[in-house]
Amino acid sequence: MDAQGLHDLLAGKFGERVSAFQADALQPWSVVAPEAIAEVAAFAKADPALAFDNLMCLGAVDYPAIKESVPRMELVYHLYSYTHRHLHVLKVMLPREGASVPSVESVWGVANWHEREVFDMFGIGFTGHSDLRRILLPDDWEGHPLRKDWVDPEFYTGMHVRPTAQMAERFQAGEKIGIGPFDFTPFNAHVDE
Amino acid sequence: MTNSITGPIQNRFSETSLVFTTVDNVVNWARKSSLWPMTFGLACCAIEMMATGASRYDWDRFGMIPRGTPRQSDLMIVAGTVTLKMATRVKRLFEQMPEPKYVISMGSCSNNGGPYWKHGYHVLKGVDEVVPVDVYVPGCPPRPEALLYGVMKLQERIQEDHVLRRRAASTGSLAGASMAIEAIK
Repeated sequence: MDAQGLHDLLAGKFGERVSAFQADALQPWSVVAPEAIAEVAAFAKADPALAFDNLMCLGAVDYPAIKESVPRMELVYHLYSYTHRHLHVLKVMLPREGASVPSVESVWGVANWHEREVFDMFGIGFTGHSDLRRILLPDDWEGHPLRKDWVDPEFYTGMHVRPTAQMAERFQAGEKIGIGPFDFTPFNAHVDE
Repeated sequence: MTNSITGPIQNRFSETSLVFTTVDNVVNWARKSSLWPMTFGLACCAIEMMATGASRYDWDRFGMIPRGTPRQSDLMIVAGTVTLKMATRVKRLFEQMPEPKYVISMGSCSNNGGPYWKHGYHVLKGVDEVVPVDVYVPGCPPRPEALLYGVMKLQERIQEDHVLRRRAASTGSLAGASMAIEAIK
């Protein structure tokens, strides 16, 4: 089935909640209403004509306000059917702040880790997720670094996150090539003056 | 008796004999000749490190036998990108190693953050922020020859060391950086 047919099948079932088909794309996509994504996902997997048995990828994109564009977050679901060998993309448009959508973990188990990663990097919530916590960053990390408004903190547990002028000086002075200036006498870790 | 220089070394000292040297010389020679590195790789540099350990470059020639625990290791080769999350673990592993212990920082990431210098919210800008580094090996990643050269540089430094003499505290690379360590549990 071609992309138009796939979209028509989804739109026929969900009406207004599956809208804005974009055919002129490398991978044609349909826009799904946030609250409907879990239902649409369940249908896309269960329906024998669609049979999307594989969630290839689940990611998010942050679109901050640029010129007149509406600031938004997009969730992108890449679906693939091993049965029919066809592919379709679902997009969910969300507000940039405090967004939350139903989890599709119950449909595709692989979404568990994908949704945790999106939560980790963008701060988007997934209702119904069995274990929504950070997956890559440390548990005590603050903020979501793939958001466009992210600014590096100065420290994380006492370590510099942004390079300091002193670091740059040492690097430019060539101290970090070959033998370092550090006096590595075995006892020096415990030397007291 | 014949004194063949090609025979086993014990043949050359088969008669009762004395060798004079210094304690420094012997101990340093022993230390530098059996640098046991910790089996420990963080990123792509670790692939080059494995190549250095494998048959073609064969760091067994230096008496380097990878150990699976910091308790038995003399040398930590920080091979790869040190993320902030990993930095706390690197610090802990270093602390678990017995003295004397040495650190080789391998590759640009480990030296100063490398490509993550500016745009890396998650990368430590040089492993010398958390552990004292003896030798920095530049490269992205360094070839095995470079790492071996770094090991030989470290051996040179070990040979110059004074075993039974304490030195004053260093004002070296950790002067500005070590303060960060205190906060790491």
